[in-house]
Amino acid sequence: MRKIECDVAVIGAGPAGLAAAAKAKEQGAQRVLLMDRDRELGGILNQCIHNGFGLQLLAEEMTGPQYAEYFIEEAKKAGVEMMLHTMVLNVGADRKIHAINEHEGLMEIQAKAVVMAMGARERNRGGVVIPGARPAGVFTAGAAQRYVNMEGYMPGKRVVVLGSGDIGLIMARRMTWEGAKVEAVLEIMPFPSGLTRNIVQCLEDQGIPLYLGHTVTRVHGKDRVEAVTVSKVGADFRPIPGTEWVIPCDTLLLSIGLIPENELTLEAGGKLDSVTNGPVVDDEMSTSIPGVFACGNVVHIHDLVDNVTREAWAAGEGAARFVTGRQPSGQTISTAAGEGIRYVVPQIVHTDNLEARDVRLSMRVTAPADRVRVEAVLEDEVVYSKAERVVRPAEMVALTIPKGTVSREAAQAAAAAGHKLVVRVTKRDTAAQGGNKS
Amino acid sequence: MNRRTIRTDVVVIGAGVVGTGIARELSRYDVDVVLVEREADVAWGTTKANTALVHAGYDADPGTNKARFNVAGNAMYPRITQELGVMYKNTGTLVVATAPDQVPHLNELLERGKANGVPGLEIIGRERIVELEPFISSDAIAALWAPTGGITSPWELAIAYAENAVDNGVTILLSSPVTAIDVEGGRAVRVHTPDTTIDTQFVVNAAGLFADEIAGMVGARDFNIVPRKGEYYLLDKRAGHLARHPLFPVPTAFSKGIVVTPTVDGNLLVGPNSQVVEGTSDLDTTAAGLDEVITGARRLVPSIPLRDNITNFAGLRATAQPSGDFVIGPANGVPNFINAAGIQSPGLTAAPAIALEIVNLLGEAGLKLVEKPDFNPIRPRPARFEEMDDDQRSAAAARDSRWGHIICRCESVTEGEIVEALHRSVPCTTLDGIKFRTRAGAGRCQGGFCGPRVVAIIARELGISPDAVTKKGGTSRVLVGPGKQQCSCSCGKCADEGHVGEGETHA
Repeated sequence: MRKIECDVAVIGAGPAGLAAAAKAKEQGAQRVLLMDRDRELGGILNQCIHNGFGLQLLAEEMTGPQYAEYFIEEAKKAGVEMMLHTMVLNVGADRKIHAINEHEGLMEIQAKAVVMAMGARERNRGGVVIPGARPAGVFTAGAAQRYVNMEGYMPGKRVVVLGSGDIGLIMARRMTWEGAKVEAVLEIMPFPSGLTRNIVQCLEDQGIPLYLGHTVTRVHGKDRVEAVTVSKVGADFRPIPGTEWVIPCDTLLLSIGLIPENELTLEAGGKLDSVTNGPVVDDEMSTSIPGVFACGNVVHIHDLVDNVTREAWAAGEGAARFVTGRQPSGQTISTAAGEGIRYVVPQIVHTDNLEARDVRLSMRVTAPADRVRVEAVLEDEVVYSKAERVVRPAEMVALTIPKGTVSREAAQAAAAAGHKLVVRVTKRDTAAQGGNKS
Repeated sequence: MNRRTIRTDVVVIGAGVVGTGIARELSRYDVDVVLVEREADVAWGTTKANTALVHAGYDADPGTNKARFNVAGNAMYPRITQELGVMYKNTGTLVVATAPDQVPHLNELLERGKANGVPGLEIIGRERIVELEPFISSDAIAALWAPTGGITSPWELAIAYAENAVDNGVTILLSSPVTAIDVEGGRAVRVHTPDTTIDTQFVVNAAGLFADEIAGMVGARDFNIVPRKGEYYLLDKRAGHLARHPLFPVPTAFSKGIVVTPTVDGNLLVGPNSQVVEGTSDLDTTAAGLDEVITGARRLVPSIPLRDNITNFAGLRATAQPSGDFVIGPANGVPNFINAAGIQSPGLTAAPAIALEIVNLLGEAGLKLVEKPDFNPIRPRPARFEEMDDDQRSAAAARDSRWGHIICRCESVTEGEIVEALHRSVPCTTLDGIKFRTRAGAGRCQGGFCGPRVVAIIARELGISPDAVTKKGGTSRVLVGPGKQQCSCSCGKCADEGHVGEGETHA
């Protein structure tokens, strides 16, 4: 068995892995190895041939493959070594990796630090328990996207999409452009789960109806999908009897959420957050296993690739700091989701970093709201806040606490007394704000 | 289509675990056997959708076929699964009482089991139950422990039986529904499928849900098959630890109740309920049925997590009426037509013993049974990457690089295994066929990742277009045609009407 040693091993060469590997190299790691199971670098970006990538980070509107190409070049320039067609089988808490590929067979890779960047998988039919028959023609939106954009084949001609996640919205438009008829997009929640721009460009501009508060309650068809029954749902998300109707179709696409792919993290002994389904991480993007870092959709599901890249830079830097002995001292304070917030990443912040660097917190809100403040609170005192005109569950909210806003000592004292750094959403008092449009 | 006529000694109708087992046992002898199956693959009726249990044999009334063949079949499992390379675990099973008034039923089962000749039965108390099953309900007070019970893989067994049968000379015809059987002079002499006529000396009816229809073709519909549907949840391997043995509630008159059981692959399987349905094709799961299943299962193991559900399915039990028992023996008035019908639970357990009995009955009916000197009872278990240690994995990848290329990440299935499965002695041509043989697509993402890759491998290996690959035969095509860029036609209609293929035109 071939044995390899490296400073940093990065698992997954999607946007997270590419940026983490390049950053680790730039920040002083010697040998950085980037592994991916697929035939090309870039991960799922390769099948995302629509545009809208990179607007925030690169101030340019790119397609998925273009965005990938930019960061593939960055990683190559930095001197990252790359291995394709390579499946990582397991990662030990000692950072020993077993991987296999066609050319070299089974390999043992001893890394000083590991970055988990495996991304996410799509929730499928079993995840939401859709009753009915089990014919061909039920696909996750991402699988359909691969068939259409990578393999050049159509998974169907008459389509219903369940879930208003971004991949489903993009695929509704893509299938329409390829000559299919998209009959409807159904969303069980009372609000869309995809980006507003995708609702407008992919549904409204194509004349595809969106039914909020609806779901598929039965799949019909023996060999191939022939129709679906859809129903309105109540406040408890259960179908309301009598509201159902049948939509004839040959295809049901599912865009009902992504699940962080953490089998390797769990096997290695990493602690997971029950809300994000990703590992608990600190602001260096270290998991609970020393020397094992994580970034991208493996940690929590992102809205924009730009945010993935930002997080991956933090992980790459964290890994480089770890292997070069520059990690912060051990004192930390936990973050927590307060009123109106579903989760906060990172779950742990180094008090050293609060004093010395800007600390970026990423979060999702529980419900849409407008004219709000997002506040970081320590011991009932708002230590930092920013105004948001509108917040939606579909879009990540970031709060960057400028360095020194909270002193190391204050944070340590609060942590010692059992307090957390809580993030919450509060309604802005319109009168007091006096037309402030930040 | 050109009809062809072939001649044989025995036609076995139905390639479920019963029919394939019969074909395999017949292949020991110097007898020509044709196994015909309506579906595109073996094991696709009741065999692929049941609870996968090897029952101990305390359920059926003493003296019934069910009791006799259950206990006999159970005893055959260790050897038959070893010969055929099929997974089987002798876990032991528990019938769990969760209320004081259920305890007398455990004693009834114990006595019935003793009368049936089931070894090792005992009633155990709460302390032992909790030792065996840490996640059991706090209501569990006593249980019947049956050490000879266990779990297996029904489709693995049927596939292995069929492959071993074909390896020993049996002819298998898939996608071949029997359309008629000719009777002359009180004997079944000819079996018709859409493209083949089979002249034969004997017919075995192992047609599962269709057995009454087939018996009717020789004018001997002496029983009716009443399908009873059972619905299931299959949970992620993460939840596999929640049951270490098959756990039954105390049974009712109609069903053994909703079972919570580990599978041989390490998943948790929950079900079935029991509902009489019209016709043989209603395999739909229902919201009410699935609610019933999860509610029932949680009476035994309250912590079953729905978030770990990976798929739901339904199976149909082939219950014979009026007897309710297995129908085994020659049809009235047609002595060379032998029924193996009404094989509902514990049919999987009974199948190996039924196969031996059918061979005996054929002998009694006049089939000459001369053992073949070259019969090979061994069908080696196909190699699986997931089951290999590091050295074996290294060696496999060094021998053939495709064994270093993982296609299904959830179940760690390599391209090597998929290619191998496509070229064994029983044809495999579908996405589901690959799933049942290799587990590619059977894991937590249910083919979301590997589906497109497996379709491409099937197309390449069988020399067909990707859009000709089906999920499960018939009209179950996975893809409906090339995308716009792929279509080389200049007809201009393909975008609206679908690509019609090389050299063809739109109607």
